[in-house]
Amino acid sequence: MHEARKLGVMGRIGLKTAVLAIFAFALSTFPGSAGESAAVRNCTWCHGTGAQGYTVAPRLAGQRPAYVMSQLRSFHDHTRDNPFSRQYMWGAVASLSPYTARDLANYFASIPPRPANDGNSVLAARGRTIYMDGIPEANIVSCYACHGPNAEGIRDIPRLGGLAYFYIKARLEQWGEGYHSTPGSPMPMVATHLGPEEVEALASYLSFVR
Amino acid sequence: MRAIGLKLVLQIAVLAVVFSASGHAQERMAPTRVGGLGAKLEYCKTCHGLSGQGYLGYFPMPRLAGQQPEYIEAQLKAFIERRRTNPIMRNVAHVLTPSMISALANHFQHLNPPPFGGAPRGSIATGKKIYEEGLPESNVPACSACHGADGHGQNEIPRLAGQLYPYMVGQLTGWASVRGQGTSVDTSAIMAPTAHNMTRSQIEAVAAYVSNLH
Repeated sequence: MHEARKLGVMGRIGLKTAVLAIFAFALSTFPGSAGESAAVRNCTWCHGTGAQGYTVAPRLAGQRPAYVMSQLRSFHDHTRDNPFSRQYMWGAVASLSPYTARDLANYFASIPPRPANDGNSVLAARGRTIYMDGIPEANIVSCYACHGPNAEGIRDIPRLGGLAYFYIKARLEQWGEGYHSTPGSPMPMVATHLGPEEVEALASYLSFVR
Repeated sequence: MRAIGLKLVLQIAVLAVVFSASGHAQERMAPTRVGGLGAKLEYCKTCHGLSGQGYLGYFPMPRLAGQQPEYIEAQLKAFIERRRTNPIMRNVAHVLTPSMISALANHFQHLNPPPFGGAPRGSIATGKKIYEEGLPESNVPACSACHGADGHGQNEIPRLAGQLYPYMVGQLTGWASVRGQGTSVDTSAIMAPTAHNMTRSQIEAVAAYVSNLH
């Protein structure tokens, strides 16, 4: 009886130690090991196991951490308001702490991005011209001025190179339709000047950029 | 009879070409808002900030608010004639008519947003001293002598007050490789020896100081 109780207590301590050990292990390895933590797994469920994007959920691999954080904030504040953001991301980030958001952003930034290569290759050259020069006659601005020579982005300006054709196309169309993103972003103004041909050319070109 | 027939065919052919050409042009231009001054201002402000206060993209886009119209006009001309090298602004400038340039310059002159900010604050006092007194030992004149004590500039001499810190540093460190290309009669030649005679830290100090002026 006494022995059995002692064993039970020891067992409980053992269990507690084991739980603590697992918790500490998870903390120490997050976000170093891909897909190990629950927070990362919640993202990669939609954004692809390698964070390379999957259908409508954009690639997160190699994305600028300051951009990812600003978008998580704008989902949280409901300022990024396109349909999929409302449907998925508003709920997904509702209880995300700023610290976890930062860790996730840094983790995904560290994964080498792979180009989607899913655009129309015939339109890529036209897309590159618009990306670099804009169309000054039609008041279409150069993308290069903000997103950089290789569409790599900087600070909270996102990397666009290699993002999926459908994602870029949808974003440009939604801005043109009056949806919002980060407060103060010039993108809604940029997109209102783009016609369907320009959008397709840009999205095609960008999908091939490595 | 045959001659008339030929004429008719020719006229129809010309008309057909004209119609198809205008059709193409409309197709191409239809999705974009091709407007006058308002649309062009929106275009400028996409990069230079909604109130012309400047913007940090991949490159720093300079503040245009409160800028001297003569300076803006001179620089747009320099971009077109490739005396000032800039991969983005050359394309932007070459489609602007002289009357559009005047209207844009006049608009930006009257904007007065607060400075963009963001400059390091440590060297502002040093920058103020250089701005007001120059660097006699390095043959650098006081900036205020030409750009004014308030940094507002005059005529072709640009306003520096509120200019973006990284833009100022970029221009002064790369002056000779960007401005006054292929000619010795460009007014920007005046700044070449001065920019050359300043050290990187002196440039950063002056840039930090003027970026906070309003």
